[in-house]
Amino acid sequence: MPADRRLMSPPVVLGVLSALTLLSIALFMTLGARGKWDFVLAFRGTKVAAMVLVGYAVAVSTVLFQTITNNRILTPSVMGFDFLYRLIQTGLVFWFGSGLVASLDPRLRFGVEVASMVVFSGLLYWWLFNGAGRGDNRRSLHLLLLVGIVFGVLFRSLTNFLQRIIDPNAFLTVQDRLFANFNRVDGELLAVSALVVLAVSLAGWRWMRTFDVLALGRDTAINLGVDHRRVVMAVLVMVAVLVSVSTALVGPVTFFGLLVANLAYLVIRSHRHAVILPAAALIAILTLVGGQLILERVFGYNAALSIVIEFVGGLAFLFILVRGSSR
Amino acid sequence: MIDVKNIKKSYNGTVVVDGVTLSLPAGGVISLIGANGAGKSTLLSIVSRLLPMSAGTVEIDGMDVTTTPGDVLARRLSILRQDNHIMSRLTVEDLVAFGRYPHSKGRLTGTDREHIAKALRYLDLEPLAGRFLDELSGGQRQRAFIAMVLCQDTEYILLDEPLNNLDVKHAVAMMKLFRRTADEFGKTVVLVLHDINFASCYSDRIVAMRDGRVVHQGPPEAIITPEVIRDVYGVEAQVMEAGGRRIALYYQ
Repeated sequence: MPADRRLMSPPVVLGVLSALTLLSIALFMTLGARGKWDFVLAFRGTKVAAMVLVGYAVAVSTVLFQTITNNRILTPSVMGFDFLYRLIQTGLVFWFGSGLVASLDPRLRFGVEVASMVVFSGLLYWWLFNGAGRGDNRRSLHLLLLVGIVFGVLFRSLTNFLQRIIDPNAFLTVQDRLFANFNRVDGELLAVSALVVLAVSLAGWRWMRTFDVLALGRDTAINLGVDHRRVVMAVLVMVAVLVSVSTALVGPVTFFGLLVANLAYLVIRSHRHAVILPAAALIAILTLVGGQLILERVFGYNAALSIVIEFVGGLAFLFILVRGSSR
Repeated sequence: MIDVKNIKKSYNGTVVVDGVTLSLPAGGVISLIGANGAGKSTLLSIVSRLLPMSAGTVEIDGMDVTTTPGDVLARRLSILRQDNHIMSRLTVEDLVAFGRYPHSKGRLTGTDREHIAKALRYLDLEPLAGRFLDELSGGQRQRAFIAMVLCQDTEYILLDEPLNNLDVKHAVAMMKLFRRTADEFGKTVVLVLHDINFASCYSDRIVAMRDGRVVHQGPPEAIITPEVIRDVYGVEAQVMEAGGRRIALYYQ
């Protein structure tokens, strides 16, 4: 149906998504505002900026990860990022006590978290591509995923163990940090994160068309002259940096990337990353801002954002799966 | 000219390709035949740098495939393997347009569009150009992939079982197209084929493999004989002449 195609063409979809996103941001900034506007706007502006940044980072990293693995139900969190974050948080409180951790310079903690997650993934990739990865590098990508999952389980078990033997008061401190939260974002860290994300995006920009080729699968990509090994490695590093920054900034937002990437594939009838990536980022921002809006205005802060998003997201995802299988 | 020297490939001690030395001159249709597991597909993958070899060298017009940059080779040699799954939402035309990526890196020029239109026309895909790949039958999808590879317009075209999923009409059309590509445009088409009669009727040269080695090679007259077929496949066959072609009957 040509009319349907035109109605659903990528530029139109992107336009609608942008409008919805701007609307949700405007609502978020103004709804239920009491007191001085300059305070309200600055206060809420920081939150919006954090949500835009995290939404963008999660969406882009998930789509790219799915492109290089040629799999649409994987997310970078499969590599154990979330669990490493949880382990770091729990470990810090366990060894240094909740008092010291609370008084720790947030910049220092942010730096340590990002660095350890990037170093962990970097070592994993390096080992797999240079040591165990001899031979067919398609298999080593699968091996990489498998090792990531095993590490994830290890980190989760260690975290659970520490949480069982920790002081109950300290446990509450830890628990609070294990849910994504946009209410405690530090403006300075936000600026640093934005710079890092911008740098990664600029580095990835020139590969926009290469990503389209990578999505055809390893063999076809090599046939078309893509240096598969090098590009995949570079994308993995980009993904590691994006996920680490967003996780260290607000906490783990696992399920969410999977959801927004698949929604983007659903609404964008194109293979081009030049439109899929912006669409995924817009959907992510829309979901975060909308979710936060519901959280603040409907539940009066009495829930965690990840609960709202994963509840709605879970339903949406089931819907997609059921619809997909009935086609 | 494709120059294969002493290629070996083994997986954990199991030898799949065992010291193959082969030189294929440019031009013509060359068929690679042999039983399942004889190493044909592996050899093709190694020649096209999709798989690293355990030992040996492959040169395409003097360029070593392991050291030559991928995008340089992609303008000289194209490969299509079996079982191509694509997760992106692609139309036939989008897929075929990817064949121009080595030349224009995604920014299509007028020449690119001509190549795309020509490939769609040759493979009888014009009515399907706007359809999404997941809406096509296996045979139609196979033709779309072959159109992409032809659109790449390389000197050497390597295809692993291109007749998979094709009905008789399209299989014959496909083989005629390969003949034409070789005769009119001077390309070299290397095919892995399971139907030895297709190999016999359309190839200039047949290379037969068994247990990871090249056991026979030559023009169809020399290969399509009861002795060679027995040696390669271990089956008894009668060979008949029909219209100047040699046809093997192995349906005992």
